[in-house]
Amino acid sequence: MSVIGSDNRNLRLGVRYLVLILIALIFVLPLLFMVMSSFKPSDELLRDTSSLRAFLPVGQLSLDNYTGAFERAPVGLFVFNSIFVTGTTVLLSLVICSLAGFSFVFLQWRGRDVMLSIILATFIVPFETIAIPLLLEVSKLPWLGLDGLSWGWLDSYRVQIIPWIADGLTIFLFVQYFKGLPGELIEAARVEGASWFQIYRRVVIPLSGPVIATAAILKFLIMYNQYLWPLIVVQQEQYRPVMVGLQYFFQLNPAWGEIMAYLTLITVPVLAFYLVLQKAFIASIASTGVKG
Amino acid sequence: MKLLNVTAGAVIAATGFCSAAFATTDLTMWYHGAGNKVESKIVNQIIDDFNKSQSDYKVALQSFPQNSYNDSVTAAALAGNLPDILDMDGPIMPNWTWSGYLQPLPIPEDHFKDFLPGTKGVYDGKLYSIGLWDAAVALYARKSTMKELGLRTPTLDKPWTKDEFMSALEAAKKSGKFDYAIDLGMSDKGEWYPYAFLPFLQSFGGGLVNRETYDTAEGVLNGDAAIAWGNWWQSLFADKLAPGTSQDPAAHETGFIDGKYAFSWNGNWNAVKTMDKVDDVEFLPAPDFGNGSKIGGASWQFGISASSTAPEGAAEFIKFATQDKYLAEFSDALGLIPATKSAAQMTKNYKTGGPLAVFYGLSEAQAEKRPVTPGYVVDSKVFQKAAADIADGADVIDTLDSATDQINADIKRNDGYKKN
Amino acid sequence: MRSSLTSANRAGWAFALPGIVLILAFIITPFFLGVGFSLTNQRLISPNATRFVGLENYREMLNIAVVDLQAKTDSAGKTVTDADGQAEFPRLRSITRNPDTPQYHGMQEWFRWVSGDTAHVVIASDVVFWKALLNTCIFVLMVAPIQAAIALGLALLINQKLRGITIFRTIYFMPVVVSIVVVSLLWRFIYSGQNGLLNNMLSFLSFAHFQPVDWLGNPHTALGAIITMSIWQAVGFHMVIWLSGLQTIPPTLYEAAAIEGSSKWQTFRYVTWPGLRHTAVLVLIVITMQAFAIFAQIDVMTKGGPLDSTQTLVFQAVQRGYGMQNIAGGSAISVILFLIVLVISMIQRWLTRER
Repeated sequence: MSVIGSDNRNLRLGVRYLVLILIALIFVLPLLFMVMSSFKPSDELLRDTSSLRAFLPVGQLSLDNYTGAFERAPVGLFVFNSIFVTGTTVLLSLVICSLAGFSFVFLQWRGRDVMLSIILATFIVPFETIAIPLLLEVSKLPWLGLDGLSWGWLDSYRVQIIPWIADGLTIFLFVQYFKGLPGELIEAARVEGASWFQIYRRVVIPLSGPVIATAAILKFLIMYNQYLWPLIVVQQEQYRPVMVGLQYFFQLNPAWGEIMAYLTLITVPVLAFYLVLQKAFIASIASTGVKG
Repeated sequence: MKLLNVTAGAVIAATGFCSAAFATTDLTMWYHGAGNKVESKIVNQIIDDFNKSQSDYKVALQSFPQNSYNDSVTAAALAGNLPDILDMDGPIMPNWTWSGYLQPLPIPEDHFKDFLPGTKGVYDGKLYSIGLWDAAVALYARKSTMKELGLRTPTLDKPWTKDEFMSALEAAKKSGKFDYAIDLGMSDKGEWYPYAFLPFLQSFGGGLVNRETYDTAEGVLNGDAAIAWGNWWQSLFADKLAPGTSQDPAAHETGFIDGKYAFSWNGNWNAVKTMDKVDDVEFLPAPDFGNGSKIGGASWQFGISASSTAPEGAAEFIKFATQDKYLAEFSDALGLIPATKSAAQMTKNYKTGGPLAVFYGLSEAQAEKRPVTPGYVVDSKVFQKAAADIADGADVIDTLDSATDQINADIKRNDGYKKN
Repeated sequence: MRSSLTSANRAGWAFALPGIVLILAFIITPFFLGVGFSLTNQRLISPNATRFVGLENYREMLNIAVVDLQAKTDSAGKTVTDADGQAEFPRLRSITRNPDTPQYHGMQEWFRWVSGDTAHVVIASDVVFWKALLNTCIFVLMVAPIQAAIALGLALLINQKLRGITIFRTIYFMPVVVSIVVVSLLWRFIYSGQNGLLNNMLSFLSFAHFQPVDWLGNPHTALGAIITMSIWQAVGFHMVIWLSGLQTIPPTLYEAAAIEGSSKWQTFRYVTWPGLRHTAVLVLIVITMQAFAIFAQIDVMTKGGPLDSTQTLVFQAVQRGYGMQNIAGGSAISVILFLIVLVISMIQRWLTRER
């Protein structure tokens, strides 16, 4: 009896893993195709799409596409620009949007509800549709730099960062999460004489691991994948990010091998970012679980 | 220590004074070749040579990827951020001129009298841009295929008629040896459509817009000639003679070389590559659909922005860059048609008897510019959609009527593209 | 009490101010500039002065009418029929280009239905806009529920305690971190009608019984293909949101359910689902908003074709604003899109309000 039971359990376990693996294949195959293709010559990778060879490291494998990609475009510079712009924006966004979210949920102030509705309404404005008016606006904004006052934000990092810091969705994420936090904690801290900022710093933020991770990932993806905005506000190569760099590879005859290599190269930092954050993410969920 | 500072200051002051005495004017230049190694190398070479050849001007280059080049320039113009010298695709010049981005070249037109007509950007009677090369389209074929199918080789003087062309395609299809008879490059959605296919419509006797008045498309884009073109165009796809709009970019790139397509309607920038892989390739002139053989003209050209503070310097550079030796160098590297006959003789492909010499004749004889109007930016998009929709099986007359309405509405919206 | 309120008032403003200022400057201001543009004939760039045109852009976009075409008759008064026995109708241009009916000039057919000898033709000044609107709505209506449901299924699946489960979670999430532009490029190879990976795999799995389909080239499958790909790309993100919701449900509740001997479905229905309330609102709203903004997939894969079967509102807004340099027209689409989404999000919020 017990033998059958354990067999049965093993079988059920096997089925579970089979399901998990089949689903995993669906998600991983297109990406595997990208990575494998990056090691193949263009004509071969195109021919391989007609068979399962597309997913396998077979044929003439080499790093030629990678060296070709680096020769064609300053890949390192593009990746640096993207990471710098993305990192800065994500950090500033987390601070500013969580402060705003805190204020909307825990503080009573005149005009709060109206303001919240307006801000939430903004995240239904697709960026593509306000790009031109925004371009006209930032091209005339002043900036106080080390070398004094100047006008116009074009051709800089700041024009890629500042307009993207605050957005309705991120604030909404924080508001939604903060609403679920136990209000007694805040009141208790208030009774003990803590200032609002102390409550934010020491009570609310430590409990907000999951929402911070979610907001960070979402912002990271939006920023890292920027295309239209940097295209129109940046003219100098030194500030160009990765997605604008992708265009370097679409000549009259696209170099598919190099394109695959470039796509692989620009995807790796994002995957790394996610893998790092995922740990923090799980840890924070675990800790809130204990407290809850 | 103090003394040292003073001396250093004096030295700096002195050098500052010197450079002020021999002031070099900095010029910025934008080019569409980012990511194109060969092109970038030549452009950089020309700029280096120019900077060394004199000390009045110093040109600095900023390269952009071609796909998004027009967007970059438009955005920069909006923000008042244009360079001194910029290059542009021929047919967009009237729009940029009308919008006030460009100034006429301060160079007497005489200077370019030997240049191919397709390389000169003339609008409102003034020369605004000049190209180092022109491009051309031809019908790629294999000598062996032609022989096998028993086809007459068309010439510039005696091109294929519509019937000859269609029976050649039918013969190729019937042979059963090809996936499709002809590759038109339908996967290359964008400016390729009007560049490569508008000449067919023109050869049928139709057009995109009335080229006398530029104030309507009625009767031109939806007249009988245009409808005949539309029916013919649709039949190519309905009869499976050509791959349609969903063609793989990859198939377009390698299909003719791999022998999947009997013919390919293709640009001369692919000629060198194809010759390397297909020994007996030959380049045939466009068929005549009733109103003469036509191909598109005008490729990338240099111009000077309206906001440039040193147009005479920019003009110096353009004159420098349009020397025969650079025209020849570009042509050898990219396979494009050099702008002058004398430069053509210096190239390996276009000199008399060269393998691509036929293209020079094509360009000289058949090149027709796309409509020279600021509205072309819109007309081009409308044509792209109409050609794709008809290929996809849309009703020909309704589609052409709708395209006509769109172009007319745009002209009206812009007060006829006149300057108030 | 009063002083505490005032302090909260001041602190509230201070905390929210940076965010409010940034949103005001970089989202709301350009948005209202856009609304302004939509009431003019603003071009991307033009030497001519911009003119106020009122609601003209909207009228041009929304103008729609139904006209009737009577079947052709021969000299004997009998209806002319084509080879299939269907009544033949005069062409639409007999109305839209007829000097006697100037009100229909510049309008095109959207669709028609035939009853007897009469064809009722719906014509519009801007058919592409209507098609884009319809496609966008289909896209949202398909993607929002399907993606949310699949994401929840995946979240439940990887919320199990199994060895190596984090590896699967990471794999399922991977497409999310790949740019949608990159994904669209890759999937063009998958959907290709000639040599596509999908056709080859289906043909292999069906022992060559499967007829290859030109997924992106066929007006009947193109939108579906893009919907599938979009779900594939984004589902991992919503899976993680669901997952974080699942993990905030206290394990004690599950233990209690187990003691009471409730079935799996009962546990889900009475423990899991109520605990996911906030998450459900979040997931649904985020997906809907993202779906309405669909653009990159279209731009990379189909450019709105074939036969307008994948036109969407944002794609058209961009196409008009940049491609055709018609900022006014592009802005008008944006405003309409904004109004639609605003109404929908208000309905959504009302439906999911706390009772």
